[in-house]
Formats: sequence, structure tokens, C-alpha cells
Amino acid sequence: MLTRRIIPCLDVKAGRVVKGVTFADHIDAGDPVALAALYDREGADELVFYDITASSDERAIMVEVVEQTAAQVFIPLTVGGGIRTVADMYRMLRAGADKVSINTAAVLHPLLINEGAQRFGSQCVVVSIDARRVPRSHPTDPLRWTVFTHTGGAGRATELDAVAWAKQAVELGAGELVINSIDADGTRDGYDLPLLQAIASAVGVPVIASGGAGTLDHILAAVTVGQADAALAASIFHFGTYTIAQAKHFLAEHDVPVRLV
Amino acid sequence: MIAVIDYGAGNLRSAVRALQHVGAHLQVTDRAADLEAADAIVLPGVGATRDTMNALQRLELASALPRLIHAGVPFLGICVGMQVLAEQSEEWGLHPCLGIIPGTVRRFPSHVGKIPQIGWNQVMSCAATPLLAGIPDGSAFYFVHSFYVDTLDPLLVAGRTDYGIQFPALLHSGNVAATQFHPEKSGRWGLHLLRNWIRSVT
Repeated sequence: MLTRRIIPCLDVKAGRVVKGVTFADHIDAGDPVALAALYDREGADELVFYDITASSDERAIMVEVVEQTAAQVFIPLTVGGGIRTVADMYRMLRAGADKVSINTAAVLHPLLINEGAQRFGSQCVVVSIDARRVPRSHPTDPLRWTVFTHTGGAGRATELDAVAWAKQAVELGAGELVINSIDADGTRDGYDLPLLQAIASAVGVPVIASGGAGTLDHILAAVTVGQADAALAASIFHFGTYTIAQAKHFLAEHDVPVRLV
Repeated sequence: MIAVIDYGAGNLRSAVRALQHVGAHLQVTDRAADLEAADAIVLPGVGATRDTMNALQRLELASALPRLIHAGVPFLGICVGMQVLAEQSEEWGLHPCLGIIPGTVRRFPSHVGKIPQIGWNQVMSCAATPLLAGIPDGSAFYFVHSFYVDTLDPLLVAGRTDYGIQFPALLHSGNVAATQFHPEKSGRWGLHLLRNWIRSVT
């Protein structure tokens, strides 16, 4: 049976992990390669590097980080952040990434999804969607979400409905979707489960839940109630609240198929 | 020396890195003459069988490969490198493949769920093979695929996986080994399997 995936996400700036923590085992918490290796040993199913740098010099450092990681860590690696063109995708894939994640660039130029999928295959193209709930006038109104871009900075609202955009991204060739709730992100109050449900039931590709994980119950809810195929989390792993192995065992105890290492 | 065939597959480097990590001496090549001289051959892959067959034909490897495999040269096919061993494929219209194993490459039926299958799934051993030595039965490996090899010879199948239907995840018979999953992306047990294969051929 296909297992549900746990995916730690590392924010990398100029070759260093930010929001890092002190780990046991003398791990340099700022070193993305060392952290990637640690998460691999703990049973992470994939890794995401999110490049929060802006300059091209620092982007070159990211390529080196990807190369070093791919030489030592043998699980799927996704790189996101600042990927705007097919050439950017190629650079990261050639360095050793298995997938690239695009967000703002995909909203601005939807055909980038199609170009990437045609060139590298859909399995390489992950579309990440930042969504925020639309305030409701009445509690009985259906829930709706608006897509935001440039969420690395101030964030900009678009005209796009998140569910409609998710469907369009898949039609254009997205192989997987990361669904990030801006409302939940950083709260540690749990994923936006109705958002996950709405998108998971609307598309035929894997949906990766992002934003809001604070407990193992939140991860469990994302892959059961939320129907997500995978859960992405950052702080609960980086700050040592839980290990990946603890998360996996917790899911297994609740009859969710997971890969135990 | 193990020859890894470079026919333009996107994940060539992943396979090369993982094989080197477990100690293989490799030559990346697209020339039939190098395959003739190799101790073993790896055909990695991501993508469609038709594109892969076209590339192998353009490189004049589509005839060399079956000849070398029939002559007993150890061979490892990964993902689409496994699928092209079949007689034919239904991907983007029925077309012939290398015809080394009896069977057809078919798309997962729509009832299985999401297609492609992306993620880690268990491989259940169904025949003794040195490739799985030391690997706990039911270990998970990383899959990315919409098609699978529907083989007519169950004796070839060393490991099966369940994704709504049971399909062959690992083939091993004589000098031919093949995985539908990506051992180069399957963490510890993927590397272990590659190490087992290298030991069995060198």
C-alpha cells in the first residue's frame, strides 16, 4: 500500500538553514547538508529546500548545496523559491533536485507549468499554492480561498480561487500540489483541513499539506480528514518538538500506512 | 566497469551518484562499443517508453542491448529502463519495445486511485533473489509511474507491489534485473539493493 509521506522543509538563505535549532549528535543545525542527512536517517520521505535568498550570487550557493546534498542523501529532493524560468528549473534539476516547486512564477506565467512538464515530465513540477480564506458574510456561506503570491514578502492577493487554480495547475501539467494555508502558517494550530479536502477531492494528483503543524495530531488529521497524501512541516521538526520518527510511529499507531526505517 | 546508458534521461545523474556511493566503477556512455566492453549495463530512466525506445534506436542501442543481454551480460533496468524490456507498450499508442521479457507495459486502471503513483510503497518478496538479501520483506521503495509491466512469465517476478492492483516491482532472472521503483531515491534499502546488485555482477 502506498504510504503517506512526511516531508521536512528547510528554509535556506545563502547556503545556511534559517530557523535552525540545536540538535543532538553534534549536528550543525545551520548546515543544510547535515540536516538533510539527519532527516534522512530519521525516516523523512522527501526533503524540500526552500531558497529564501534573492540575489543571483546566493542562488549559485544554493546550486552547490543541492549538489552536495544529492551526493549524500538518496531520497527525493525538491527545491523551491525563486524559480522563474525553465532554465532555473533545469539548473536545479541538473544539480540533483528531483523536483522543482514553483509558486508566484506559476501564477504570473501559468504556461511555465506546461513548459516544465513538457521538458522534464510532470513528476518534476510541483506547484505550490498559498491560499487565504475569504471572509464570509454568513456562517452558512461556502468556504472559499484566494491565492496569494509573493508570500515571501508582504504577499499579494490575486483574483484566483484556490480550488480553481489547483485544477488549472494540474491541467497544465503539475505533478503534485503543495497547499499552504496562509491563515494557519506559523500558528501551530493545525492545517486548514477544509482547504485540503476541497483541493484533494478536486484534483487527481498528490496533495501535500503545508502550514500550521504544531502537533502530531495535526499531521494525522491532514492525511486522514484532510485527505492529503503527504504532510510538509518545518518548525515542529527543526525546533526538536518531535522527530520524524515519532511522527511516523504516531501515524502508524493510528493505522495510517507509513514507511518506517 | 559498469556502463550506465546516457540516452538523455533526466535522472541519469541520480542513478550515477547512488551507484558510485555504493562503490561502483562506472562509465556513462551512449555508445554500443562501450556496452560491448562493459562487465554490466545499467539503463536508468524517467519518462515514456516511446521516447526511450526512440532514443535507444537513434543511438543504435535497440539492437545491441537485446544481443548483449541474451549473451549473458548482467543488466539492471530502472523504471522505464525496466518497462522497455517488455515486448510492447501501450503508452501513447501501442509500440514495440526490446522484447527481452514476455509481456506488455500497461497503464494503471483508473480505479486504483491517483495516477501516477508517486511515493513510497512496499515491495513484497515473491521469489528468492540475492537483490533483496538483508532487506526486510515489505520494505518501502520510491515509485513514480503511471505504467507497469504486465508480464506473462510470473517466474521472472521477484517482488510485487500493491497499488489497487498487484504489479511487478522487481524482476530478476539470470542476468536480467529490473526495478519499477527508483532504488537511487529509496534511501537506505535502495542503496542496499544497488550494493547487492553490484556484488552479484562483479
